[in-house]
Amino acid sequence: MRAGALILVFLLAAMLLAPLTLPDPEALDLMARLEPLSLAHPLGTDELGRDIAARLLQGGRVSLGVAAITAILAGLIGTCIGLVAGYHGGWTDSVLMRLTDGVMALPLLPLLIVLAAADPAKLGVPPEILDSEGFAIARLAVIIGCVGWTGVARLVRAGTLSVRSRDFVRAALALGASPGRIMLRHILPNVASPIIVATTLSVGNIILIESALSFLGLGIRPPLASWGNMLTGAMDVVWNSPSLAFWPGLAIFLTVLAFNLVGDGMQKRFDPKRVSD
Amino acid sequence: MSRAVALRLFQSLLVLLVMSFVIYGLMGLMPGDPIDLMIAGDPRLTGEDAVRLKALYGLDRPWTERWLRWLAQMCQGELGYSRLYGRPVWESMAPALVNSATLMLSSLGLALILALPLGIMASLRPDGILDRLVNLLSFASVSVPVFWLGLMLIVVFAVLLGWLPAGGMEEVGGGDRLRHLILPVSALALAGIGQLARHMRAAMMAEAASDYMRTARAKGCGPARMVLSHQLRNALLPIVTIVALEIGGLFSGALITETVFAWPGMGRLIYEAVMGNDFNLALSGLLLATAMTLAGSILADIAYTRLDPRIGRK
Repeated sequence: MRAGALILVFLLAAMLLAPLTLPDPEALDLMARLEPLSLAHPLGTDELGRDIAARLLQGGRVSLGVAAITAILAGLIGTCIGLVAGYHGGWTDSVLMRLTDGVMALPLLPLLIVLAAADPAKLGVPPEILDSEGFAIARLAVIIGCVGWTGVARLVRAGTLSVRSRDFVRAALALGASPGRIMLRHILPNVASPIIVATTLSVGNIILIESALSFLGLGIRPPLASWGNMLTGAMDVVWNSPSLAFWPGLAIFLTVLAFNLVGDGMQKRFDPKRVSD
Repeated sequence: MSRAVALRLFQSLLVLLVMSFVIYGLMGLMPGDPIDLMIAGDPRLTGEDAVRLKALYGLDRPWTERWLRWLAQMCQGELGYSRLYGRPVWESMAPALVNSATLMLSSLGLALILALPLGIMASLRPDGILDRLVNLLSFASVSVPVFWLGLMLIVVFAVLLGWLPAGGMEEVGGGDRLRHLILPVSALALAGIGQLARHMRAAMMAEAASDYMRTARAKGCGPARMVLSHQLRNALLPIVTIVALEIGGLFSGALITETVFAWPGMGRLIYEAVMGNDFNLALSGLLLATAMTLAGSILADIAYTRLDPRIGRK
């Protein structure tokens, strides 16, 4: 867990400092293509002469941004569905849980491709918003969030079921508290720690999915850098410059590893009875 | 038991129906439509032709109506014609299915051969060197992006060493299939080993403390016999379930690995069909992949209850 936290702190610090010291990540320099490591370009330049270190950190900002927004969105959807299903029980529970099973059983990647290939312009989104950086990030977050909420929903439902019959919930009911108040004020705080753990663990997975979609050309599109689309560029020149593919993948690997280590550590700390295996 | 299975089957059919409806709607949201593409491809077509063609293919009707018509045809076993490849959908899908199954089965086999012994040995000495290695490996394998792993294998074995081909399925003119399989299979297997070994270890640990193991030891059973014929047989149950869940993957392919290694499998086919606005092919491919994933999870349940008599008799 400590190693994971260290990696994340280092990464965040580098991303904050990057704009101060490194060149513009989108500046082309066709005279300096595929340059090796140097003082001006700490990790060299890519096939269009852009600084790799600067692009890595811009890509990291984008990838982590997408992952954070998606994780929160998926966590919110999952929490709502899990709370309502667990609290109300009966056929509400059956319908919501069958829905969860259904979404869980779908083949993830092909489904994401269909979602990502849909053209937002046909839904009436104006073009000036379409091209903005924020929209690209939000679009991906919604797409991945739509299918990523199932794990949290199941956890929250299980937690709600076990908390629902406790005395303090029945006392609140007897005092005339509304179902909404009971769910939010009495049950939610008691199922918060599994939600936090599951959300942290999902961040790593979301980064992997985002980078895969960007790699396929369906996620973040150049010139905006993301770790996935940097690898697409690197794959095209792999025969001339095999080392180019190394850095973005290493960045994805270490970041995802860090989130998984931190999440696993949190799981053990919050719930010492249940060892992860 | 058979009632539960029937219920699951019905549920799965419902999921498939909803899925086909949603995908049909989403496909309509993709850039361009088939007639526009036809017109762009043939300058002799005029606006009038376009209207006539749209009526001919029924594209002037609302998409819900088109979906119903497609569904009726599908139920009669008529998958339609792939516009992208200019032949019936089934003829485009069959070779891709074989290619994907070859790739996925080989990598699953390789991963199992390596992971199961690793997991078993790790469980024998908890917190030993091997156990820590397996733990590390399982973290690494859920964290590594498969396309990067594939690219690094290409860099090392194709670009720098030149030992193996970087992609494709065979040499020009055929042959040499096995050498083309090595890199993609290794990439997929490497990404799967860690998790499998971890599951195997967990299953072994869960059985280690059970009563029957104590009884076996009290009877004077040797350590090898205890592990292999008592502990392992029970610990394999959850592994069978995991393998059954992988069956869906055999038919949906591994899009990313297939893309990196230019392997013409199902993942790639579905991707091209979606991107090329090939309704019939994309729908059939996606629904087949979904159906097989659902079938895999039902099969996993059946296998689990069949193999473990304790569950069925509750």
